[in-house]
Amino acid sequence: MMQDFFHSGWWAVLWSIIKIVIVVVPLLLGVAYLTLAERKVIGYMQVRLGPNRVGFRGSLQPIADALKLMFKEVIIPTSANRFLFLAAPVLAFVPALLVWAAVPFGPDVAISNMNAGLLYVLAIAGLGVYGIIVAGWASNSKYAFLGAMRAAAQLVAYEIAMGFALVGVLMLAQTLNLSKIVEAQAGGGFWSWYWLPLFPFFLVYFISGVAETNRAPFDVAEGESEIVAGFHVEYSGMAFALFFLAEYANMIFVSLLTTVLFLGGWYAPINTPLLNWIPGLVWLLLKTAFLLYVFLWIRATFPRYRYDQIMRLGWKVFIPVTIAWIVVVGIALETPMRALLR
Amino acid sequence: MHIRPKQWFKTFFLTEMLRGMQLTGRYFFAPKITVQYPEEQTPQSPRFRGLHALRRYENGEERCIACKLCEAVCPAMAITIESEQRSDGTRRTTRYDIDLSKCIFCGLCEESCPVDSIVESRVLSYHGEMRSDLIYTKDMLLANGDRLEAELAADREADRAYR
Repeated sequence: MMQDFFHSGWWAVLWSIIKIVIVVVPLLLGVAYLTLAERKVIGYMQVRLGPNRVGFRGSLQPIADALKLMFKEVIIPTSANRFLFLAAPVLAFVPALLVWAAVPFGPDVAISNMNAGLLYVLAIAGLGVYGIIVAGWASNSKYAFLGAMRAAAQLVAYEIAMGFALVGVLMLAQTLNLSKIVEAQAGGGFWSWYWLPLFPFFLVYFISGVAETNRAPFDVAEGESEIVAGFHVEYSGMAFALFFLAEYANMIFVSLLTTVLFLGGWYAPINTPLLNWIPGLVWLLLKTAFLLYVFLWIRATFPRYRYDQIMRLGWKVFIPVTIAWIVVVGIALETPMRALLR
Repeated sequence: MHIRPKQWFKTFFLTEMLRGMQLTGRYFFAPKITVQYPEEQTPQSPRFRGLHALRRYENGEERCIACKLCEAVCPAMAITIESEQRSDGTRRTTRYDIDLSKCIFCGLCEESCPVDSIVESRVLSYHGEMRSDLIYTKDMLLANGDRLEAELAADREADRAYR
């Protein structure tokens, strides 16, 4: 009887659901505590203490925030398109969760270890901007619309540079499977990871990631000092919270993908038995946490780019630089320098 | 466009960005200057101008002689005084109201007072649930004075040399 169940299709479905829960629940907790970490880190960098009243040193602040947002009224402007207005947060949030299907947490540990993982990730991550555009349009407010337009233009500019940066990784790893990309970086420790031979791509990918998630200094889509709050100016309550969840889930995702593609995923920085004894998941999460800290660090340091500067950086700097480096890597792979890259 | 190699170097190697991040990175570990208000308070000068009080002499007699200098000098016109002649022949107030919703805490009333009667204390946290709660009458001001007399006297003493 039990044997039958484990071999039936139902078990496959149930097992998938269990895996999804195992990934999504810690993810949402991580999102909640990332908001606290952000407020704390930025506070510390501004010589403040940050939230420290709810719970021990503010440890329950995210829960208080979540409760507040849940009980607030969702206001729908009379001139808004009601259906799209309510669909937009969902459109932003769902792709932010969907991308996690392909993320490898260890050798062959993923919800779905698909062979076209990188393509899947790129495709789904690009969908997230629809939520923003739809939100801006459906709000029927000029600020929201301006924010949405900016987000769309920014996405087009940076998605291309991001794609080119990933081409470099493909050329070295010879696979689209995210697990195998990590395994291709095994060996020596941190000098065999791809950040070293692909250093320009590493930078371009991470900076594009900051731009893709609409984080400071690329947050012109929100731009609170110019267009109030941009695309989510008309949102309140849980609908607003979904945009926030999506933004922070995307931040974690970009950090994790940078780790997977350039920082050796779950491998220890130095290949010794002592460090290898620490589980790979710990290394993966540590590297991700460091990159998330860099996200917050960048936000605490730099003022917002002007809109035309963002476009110039995307089109006139990142795209030429990535194309040039693809050529360099391509030539290197066809010469004896190949040994250096592998 | 004029090409400046130095500028290009700076741009591509993100040197200025890294210097900026170095600065914020250092401040991350700097001691924090936040004052945790209810538990900690910022230091106050003896000249602090907070909630008003009417003081008394040591024998319990109220100091105010209803000269109305404070009423005259008050730029916000927050003070209202009515006076009468008491049976012992001295002039005293029958009404002394300060409307704290008008008061700008300039301290001119305190400066103008010839007998150090109206003073401003160090109390900075008080509230009213209605506007009328913020109109402090003579009784309330005298009660403030009685409650805070030790502190008020010490502060006047500390500032005496400079007045």
